[in-house]
Amino acid sequence: MGEPRSQVSSLLSVCDSTTTSQPDGGGGDVKDVKTQPHLNSEAGNFSTGASAAFSVSTPPPSTLPGMSFHGSTARLSEARRVAIFGGTHGNEMSGVALVNLWIKNSDDIQRRGVDIKPFIANPKAVEKCVRYVETDLNRAFTPENLSASGGDEFPYEVRRAQEINRMFGPKGSPEAYDVIFDLHNTTSNMGCTLILESSKDHFNLQMMNYIKKAISPASCLVLLNEHPLLKYSTCRSVAKHAVGLEVGPQPQGVLRSNIFEAMRVILKHALDFIELFNEGMEFPPCTVEVFRVNERIDYPRDANRNIIAMVHPNLQDCDWEPLNPGDPMFQTFDGKTIPYQGSCTVYPTFINEAAYYEKQQAFVTTRRETLAASSIRKA
Amino acid sequence: MEHASFPPLSRVAICGGTHGNEMTGVYIVREMQKKKENAARSFSITPVLTNPRAVDVCRRYADMDLNRCFTDALLRSPVTNSMPYELRRAQELNTQLGPKGGKEAVDLLVDLHNTTANMGLCLIFYSLDWLTLHILKYIQNKISSVPVRAIQLDIPLSDAYSLEAVGKHGFAIEVGPQPHGVLRADIFNVAKKAVDLTLEFIQEFNAGRRFEGGEVEAYTFVKSIDYPRDSSGEITAAIHPELQDKDFHLLRSGDPLFLSFSGETVKHDGEDVYPFFINECAYYEKKVAFQLALKTTFLLPSVSVEKN
Repeated sequence: MGEPRSQVSSLLSVCDSTTTSQPDGGGGDVKDVKTQPHLNSEAGNFSTGASAAFSVSTPPPSTLPGMSFHGSTARLSEARRVAIFGGTHGNEMSGVALVNLWIKNSDDIQRRGVDIKPFIANPKAVEKCVRYVETDLNRAFTPENLSASGGDEFPYEVRRAQEINRMFGPKGSPEAYDVIFDLHNTTSNMGCTLILESSKDHFNLQMMNYIKKAISPASCLVLLNEHPLLKYSTCRSVAKHAVGLEVGPQPQGVLRSNIFEAMRVILKHALDFIELFNEGMEFPPCTVEVFRVNERIDYPRDANRNIIAMVHPNLQDCDWEPLNPGDPMFQTFDGKTIPYQGSCTVYPTFINEAAYYEKQQAFVTTRRETLAASSIRKA
Repeated sequence: MEHASFPPLSRVAICGGTHGNEMTGVYIVREMQKKKENAARSFSITPVLTNPRAVDVCRRYADMDLNRCFTDALLRSPVTNSMPYELRRAQELNTQLGPKGGKEAVDLLVDLHNTTANMGLCLIFYSLDWLTLHILKYIQNKISSVPVRAIQLDIPLSDAYSLEAVGKHGFAIEVGPQPHGVLRADIFNVAKKAVDLTLEFIQEFNAGRRFEGGEVEAYTFVKSIDYPRDSSGEITAAIHPELQDKDFHLLRSGDPLFLSFSGETVKHDGEDVYPFFINECAYYEKKVAFQLALKTTFLLPSVSVEKN
């Protein structure tokens, strides 16, 4: 124990270790990132092969409305309306503090040609300094909830979701905001993490590439949650481009200066990217290493659903580090080790997040993957 | 060399969940309740989950902070239907484990807590108690993975507001850093070790072993410091990165305390002091950014059990 594990800026980047040795049978892991095949210059003709040694997703053409290809460059509409959400969970303090700061004084978030709105998503939860009042706002943006009619009989967060959908959406429509940044904290040792909801969002991929380069050598990893069962309806999904920003470790209800500053810096670069894009800058093709959500692992529980073991000390705080079959995973209260019994190496994250005990999640496993983004330019 | 003797300890209470989201104590008590003591001991152990309603919802408290309900005045307050849950609960616990200050009270009450502050393992106690300080010394000699320290709150018993004041001897075991609502194995293991060592000490003490005296340091609470706030009471600064996680590191005049959101540093201006409970989540609402202490050295007498 002693000093808390090293925080944000000194997080060792797993992605940079291109020669990490893996045990045999580690299928799906990217052993090193080679130069991507040059995109075919004929319109609409992209190589879609994925080699066995890599997981590379090459983008099929015309995957997003409003997107057209000239040569190999995707032309996208300008991002004119941007929102920054804090307090989607009322006890995740960095976002609450930043948004409140920017509501009072928006100097730092001014950018030419962009309308940027800082917004407290769940004010009742913020006031009580709890994650949510009745139900998790960041799970409430389901089609059923958003289309339901009625009033007070719905939980507060469902009504709030409908209101947010009216203000910043409607979700899926041309009137929706272009980008929403949703600011979160986690008790897990995840450092700075950008959360991507679609592997085909070239705008977001280019933004994330820009941010990663801008803060280097400090690291910012990308979590891709496109899993059909584990994906959930987030607050930010109302916008055309949803960007989650998760920074940890930070206890709920606590404001740590270094975490606050790291989040502030990342947002600065994100807004710079949008300004450059809107001014006509072309961003060349790039690749982005992502960690794709694979599986949720719960705590071992007894017949009464009580937890009977804890995240093992060897796994605790080791977000993004390889977890191999046989490695310690849980430790029972009398000290027995329960090993990981998956068939291949995975990269765990959200390890021991406080809010996920009730969601039956001790950690989530991910697989490393490289996504290719086409070059983009405003239309 | 001075010597002190005490009667044997026959009843010990191990309490957890006084704050429902401080998970170590909750799980240690649950495990003790499940296991049901088998070892032959010269004393009884009662594990108690003190705030079950708060534990159920994983919050610090339901109506009010249970660990502020044990002053003499509050324990005497008349029972009403609209009484806060924790006030009623405090009176129940006082009946079960006390009464505070009375002959029937348990001999030792240990209350398990967690903090988001980087405090390692601390024993927190009210007034000077040679027995408690000997337990501290015993634990310090046997745990080296984390710092083990003592914090003394110099408050008369009548004003003592927390649960451990109910026992004839009592202390809180505070372990951090751990976020509230999270159960860390490393923190659990060290807290459990501290509890086991406490029970081991009592067993040996009751059996007649003499524990040699010596010097012991403790941190004596001086005062609390709040965050800088604006005119509407909102916090305008965070704990400075150079102070964050530096619990019990000496603070000198000129050392940074806070970093405002607009980038200004607020510095310490005063005597050398030791900060602790730096950035404890639950203290934001109590208007405490951190607490300050001075170091005191005690000369412990040797102790042994009173022989009839």
